[in-house]
Amino acid sequence: MTQETPSSEARRPDRAALAIAAGIAIVAAIIAYSTATAVGGSATRIGPAVFPYAIAGGLFILAIWTAFEAMRGDFPEREEQRIQPVVWIVGGLVAQMLLLHITGFAIATGLLFAATARGFGKGPLWMTVPIGIVLSFIIWVIFAKGLELSLPAGPLERLI
Amino acid sequence: MDSFALLAHGFAVAFQPFNLLYALIGVTLGTAVGVLPGIGPALTVALLLPVTYKLDPAGSLIMFAGIYYGGMYGGSTTSILLNTPGESASIVTALEGNKMARAGRGGPALATAAIGSFVAGLIATMALALIAPTIVKFALSFGAPEYFALMMLAFMTVSAAFGDSTLRGLTALFIGLALGLIGADGLSGQVRLGFGIPDLTDGVEITTLAVALFAIGETLSVAASKSTGEGKIEPVKGSVWMNREDWSRSWKPWLRGTFIGFPIGAMPAGGAEIGTFLSYSVEKQLSKKPEEFGHGAIEGVAGPEAANNASAAGTLVPLLTLGLPTSATAAIMLAGFQQFGLQPGPLLFATNPQLVWGLIASLLVANFMLLVLNLPLVGLWVRLLSIPRHWLYAGILVFATLGTIGANPSTFELGMLLLFGLLGYFLRLFGYPIAPVVVGLILGPMAEIHFRRALQISQGDFTVFVGSPISVILLLLAVCAVVVPLILRARGKGKVLAALAANED
Repeated sequence: MTQETPSSEARRPDRAALAIAAGIAIVAAIIAYSTATAVGGSATRIGPAVFPYAIAGGLFILAIWTAFEAMRGDFPEREEQRIQPVVWIVGGLVAQMLLLHITGFAIATGLLFAATARGFGKGPLWMTVPIGIVLSFIIWVIFAKGLELSLPAGPLERLI
Repeated sequence: MDSFALLAHGFAVAFQPFNLLYALIGVTLGTAVGVLPGIGPALTVALLLPVTYKLDPAGSLIMFAGIYYGGMYGGSTTSILLNTPGESASIVTALEGNKMARAGRGGPALATAAIGSFVAGLIATMALALIAPTIVKFALSFGAPEYFALMMLAFMTVSAAFGDSTLRGLTALFIGLALGLIGADGLSGQVRLGFGIPDLTDGVEITTLAVALFAIGETLSVAASKSTGEGKIEPVKGSVWMNREDWSRSWKPWLRGTFIGFPIGAMPAGGAEIGTFLSYSVEKQLSKKPEEFGHGAIEGVAGPEAANNASAAGTLVPLLTLGLPTSATAAIMLAGFQQFGLQPGPLLFATNPQLVWGLIASLLVANFMLLVLNLPLVGLWVRLLSIPRHWLYAGILVFATLGTIGANPSTFELGMLLLFGLLGYFLRLFGYPIAPVVVGLILGPMAEIHFRRALQISQGDFTVFVGSPISVILLLLAVCAVVVPLILRARGKGKVLAALAANED
């Protein structure tokens, strides 16, 4: 956020909270639209469409209420956030998600481990990546072999 | 058969070697996660759900209950020594406990917390065993309308009655309810909000949502925070044993805390925090040395810790007898029951008494184990606090994704995990509570089924929902749970603001 909000100043409309209100309203609209266009449905009066409409309605009211509180600046003050750690951790999760079926569990999860540690300021990656891979490999052995959990295997796991 | 005969049968189940082992694993894990800041019992049970697919149902549930109790014990250690509560129900303990630790009285603070938790756990679990059959008898007469009303009450108390904002509580609940819509409808089988994606047909996995909201959301939120959050660990000096004065000042708060905490946990009223706050203010009022409050009064540790554990046991009353979860951990334990094809509720007491009573007896066993684990071995747990944050959270994420991959090794499921993780982060950032989302996802579809079933039986007549005194009372209570806090907050806010202004002079 670019806008500075010193606490001594009078509260002004909270843009982020307004965005939440808009988001909730959009979700409500999607639920209502998806329910209205659903094919089939049961012949009884109280079919599978009743609850979705009720929840969409509820969300819509909450969106208006949120917008109202946002205009009054009623939302609690937020701590300033650091973006970089979030990018590292989300990047780690994305890497694991995409690589899981290509490189197997150990390498994909090792990267997630290293990226998370990096997000908390622990480096260097050439050290944390191998640590993560070794750790994940041990976990793979315990859970895939010991507890018969279906964890995807890659080149590393096929060695044993 | 009366409760005691049933409980005796339960002990026969609980003392089977494997069940003792599960209980021990449960309480050990529970204490560890309670001590570690950032992970709580809800997350641990969610992580373990996929791992326990192939285990014995009774053993797994005993382990989950052990984690729940253990988490409550472990949380106090962190709040006393680090002033960073491991879970929300230990916030109050930190107030006096950390002051005691700074004054070199950490040992007695840990002891009164552990023994108080033990006393409370013992009494509250016995109370659970005593009142459960009565509630079950009562609940057997419940039909679909009563269950629907009961769920409405749970929705409203969990989301709106407590916490700092009715709006954000309700919004969190509705996010959970909306997520609960996704997938095949329980009665007609029609797929709703599937958007043509086959993976969505089965709906949102409870474990995926819970793990994402608790583990990934929490990790992101801690990583993004500017304050490092690393407090100073107070070393435990001197003996962990309490002297005569400590005992005489502790035993009454233990009992009072138990009797405050248990009913609050047992009512469909959510979190254990409320009981701890109430107990704290009661002890402050009754204390002979009120001037010590704020500087390390032992009563302020003894009462709230007892209340905390008593309400954990209380939460199991609606969960076991009615199938109604009133906290995030209870909601995930319900998912644990369902994973084994079991539906908690009055029928379970009839169809599977060994399991239910075995579970209750195991809680008593777990309570003894916890006393041993927590008093002499407290030094071991304290060492957990010195794990550096980067390894801790990296490990948490590895295990969080491990659970999801183990349940369903698909790229899509991991994508959902990431998406809900970001949702969890934003919910935390903007001060939304997390538990109502999980409770909404689990209870939403159940409430819908009861709602439609009631109307099918009454052939579309809506008066069926006010057809019995019980459902009328429950619905009225649900309305009160929303309206009363709104009024109180509107008034209380003014008072709080006024008090702040006065302090600044």
